[in-house]
Amino acid sequence: MSSDVKFTDFKSDKQPTWCPGCGDFGTMNGMMKALANTGNDPDNTFVVAGIGCSGKIGTYMHSYALHGVHGRALPVGTGVKFANPDLEVMVAGGDGDGYSIGAGHFVHAVRRNPDITYVVMDNRIYGLTKGQASPTSRQDFETSTTPEGPKQPPVNPLALALASGATFIAQSFSSDALRHAEIIEQAIEHDGFGFVNVFSPCVTFNDVDTYDYFRDSLVDLQEEDHDPTDYQSAKEKILEGDKEYMGVIWQDEESVPYHETHGVTENMADIPDGAADGTMDLVREFY
Amino acid sequence: MAEDLNWAIGGEAGDGIDSTGKIFAQALSRAGRHVFTSKDFASRIRGGYTAYKIRTSTEQVQSVVDRLDILVALTQRTIDENLDELHDQSAVIYDGERSWEAEYPDHITGVDVPLKSLAEEAGGAIMRNIVALGAACEITNFSIENLDEALEKRFGSKGEKIVENNKKAARLGQEYVAENYDLDVDYDLDETDNDYVLLNGDEAIGMGAIAAGCRFYAGYPITPATDVMEYLTGRIDEFGGHVVQAEDELSAINMALGAARAGARSMTATSGPGIDLMTETFGLVATSETPLVIVDVMRSGPSTGMPTKQEQGDLNMTLYGGHGEIPRFVVAPTSIDECFWKTVEAFNYAEKYQTPVYLVADLALAVTEQTFPPETFDMDEVEVDRGKVVDDDTVGEWLDEEGRFRAHANTEDGVSPRAFPGTIDGAHMSTGLEHDELGRRTEDTNVRIEQVDKRNRKVETAREQEDWDYREFGDPDADSLVISWGSNEGAMREAIDLLEERGVDVRFLSVPYIFPRPDLTDDIEAAEDVIVVECNATGQFADLIEHDVLQRVQRINKYDGVRFKADELADDIEATLATEANAQ
Ligand SMILES: Cc1ncc(C[n+]2csc(CCOP(=O)(O)OP(=O)(O)O)c2C)c(N)n1
Ligand code: SF4
Repeated sequence: MSSDVKFTDFKSDKQPTWCPGCGDFGTMNGMMKALANTGNDPDNTFVVAGIGCSGKIGTYMHSYALHGVHGRALPVGTGVKFANPDLEVMVAGGDGDGYSIGAGHFVHAVRRNPDITYVVMDNRIYGLTKGQASPTSRQDFETSTTPEGPKQPPVNPLALALASGATFIAQSFSSDALRHAEIIEQAIEHDGFGFVNVFSPCVTFNDVDTYDYFRDSLVDLQEEDHDPTDYQSAKEKILEGDKEYMGVIWQDEESVPYHETHGVTENMADIPDGAADGTMDLVREFY
Repeated sequence: MAEDLNWAIGGEAGDGIDSTGKIFAQALSRAGRHVFTSKDFASRIRGGYTAYKIRTSTEQVQSVVDRLDILVALTQRTIDENLDELHDQSAVIYDGERSWEAEYPDHITGVDVPLKSLAEEAGGAIMRNIVALGAACEITNFSIENLDEALEKRFGSKGEKIVENNKKAARLGQEYVAENYDLDVDYDLDETDNDYVLLNGDEAIGMGAIAAGCRFYAGYPITPATDVMEYLTGRIDEFGGHVVQAEDELSAINMALGAARAGARSMTATSGPGIDLMTETFGLVATSETPLVIVDVMRSGPSTGMPTKQEQGDLNMTLYGGHGEIPRFVVAPTSIDECFWKTVEAFNYAEKYQTPVYLVADLALAVTEQTFPPETFDMDEVEVDRGKVVDDDTVGEWLDEEGRFRAHANTEDGVSPRAFPGTIDGAHMSTGLEHDELGRRTEDTNVRIEQVDKRNRKVETAREQEDWDYREFGDPDADSLVISWGSNEGAMREAIDLLEERGVDVRFLSVPYIFPRPDLTDDIEAAEDVIVVECNATGQFADLIEHDVLQRVQRINKYDGVRFKADELADDIEATLATEANAQ
């Protein structure tokens, strides 16, 4: 790791095709800044992206990266980290990617607690498929596939994470550049699964959950003197449901990441050029 | 008397049938005898008929036959299920003290042994199966000391007392038969000096994976592939590896993919229903050019089908499964020892050609145990070829003018350089989207064609570089040719001998490579009759072979992402017809 890494080193030369004004620009910039600020460089960083407008992020960043199939980025990131715990692994995707098709993987990634950072760009809509309801869309939000609104309550991703045993839960807002980068930094530095739900507005298909809406309604936990290690208080905030928060809501200071609890510490890329010593004992076991 | 002895124990699931059978099989193997086992089990844990069968001989045995010499029947159903296989030299060991009165035809010898009360005398009713093993030793003149060794292996970890009780139970069974019966049926299970190991196909796959340097395995339990995962669990760790039980097959293959991209030799194993779920990611693995070994231990399908029954019905799915067109290798071991060696090969193909490899085994291979001399699995013979991996020093050759790593470089042999994460300057993107040499998304028609051709070219390179051979048995000059794949090899090899006794000569080819596969055209054309043997209804492998020999169709293909245009088609057709005419 070199100390002179700039955040622009994490930028690829591919121009984003996101709509002008899309929240994903800010989300990505914050991720790149946080990576650089935490002393990482593109050669030791692995970014896994989902499918959606949000999932394109892997293309616009420069690092080792895989852009996978819809909803399955978390298992890929988990596998990367298990095979080489020295890598900085970041997984990013949308609310549809993470909480709909990938909801099962989300629950299990959380409970495994791998030392990766998971950034969900939550715009409460399906952007790439042009404006259908997402699992975080409001009950009455009218879209092409839900003309009268989904008529069912949205998923509460923070509650889902908490119930699954999350060790780090945060929420961020892509347009608050400073705070956003800070929060992602904290997630990277957390020993375990650092989950950040980022409000990343879709200016094309969502005219309800807009920049203005979040700017007006978001409560910064820092200003509320919230103690993120206080589980009870975190639980209340997550389940209250009447306020939208920004900041680290819950952090388990005792968190031990998967690779440590399971003794997975070696870089699995290093193998001998023939069968390893001791493999003949495997045969003898069958006597 | 007979060299070749067939023994079975049957009862209800939960009766300890499996472990009892395994103990006897190990005792026979310890005595230097060849052993081939098979299991008959229902898809439930308690209740339902289940049996463990052993065929043993001083000669090599590699298939089941429908003859039973000694049957340990813990239920009447065990006798009923096997009635056809019992003959006038068969003995049925049963416990007349139990609530059922054994019914068997007059010509069969019943050996009534108070299994339960003798077991209680030895220390507990649970050992009644061991009493039966002792009785079986007496009937077959098999030295009970061999059984002792197997009991030590099985119960050693539970303490000396348990081992001693079991040994006593076996002796009580043996003595009871010696004292109370003077049997007409008479077998001699001779010992030999040979050293054997006894293992099943799933275990051989797991062992092959570790030998090949596999360090990461993610899977989701499913019959009959679970043994692979259970084998690796606890063993792979000693070599710096790890097993994860994923939440489903989608996750399993994606984790394995992630580990492979981090540079690990990585594997997952499942059966048909799991392959269905993995198919989504299979295309991504191929398009991102990630080396991965995916094991499909086939069972009867479709849908949940018959989970505990044999079938070779997934060949088409492993060959063609997935949307779009996916370069892949399909390798199918034909015997348990080949489960080991083909797994090793599979890892080398995966990394040399940076593509997914399906290792297709079947239930009959997976759950069957067979004896082999340990040197069959000579670890010194294992070769590891990681393909075109670049490091900090060599990555430079693959950077473009702007210093970007060409991870999907359009090479002549279709194989691009590979940089493990951590390699300085090797950072790059890979994606399931069509991409350029740098891994960046593209819809450029020329780049599309270039990348599709590049990926497919790997298969051509592999066709030339590797030895896609078959195993040959029988009479090389016979007019009749039989071809098969998978576990049929064992039965076929014995069938050849039986046919020979009847004056029928056949040449038999056992093919372990499905794609790429050996060219059998000459063999087929030289034969008068060609028969393809496989465990499925429609003849999926036969279809392939027919397709290979029948080559009348010319092709016009377009895959740049744009539909056919009329003028373009007219040109192509004219050109194709011209070359056709020239060729004639
Ligand atoms: C298996 C599968 N189903 C459906 C799709 C189509 N699809 C692409 S993106 C997407 C939803 C994306 O929504 P979200 O994750 O919220 O991301 P956003 O585009 O809003 O950033 C869907 C349904 C797909 N690519 N793969
Ligand atoms: S559609 Fe919405 S989410 Fe997608 S790029 Fe445009 S603004 Fe962003």
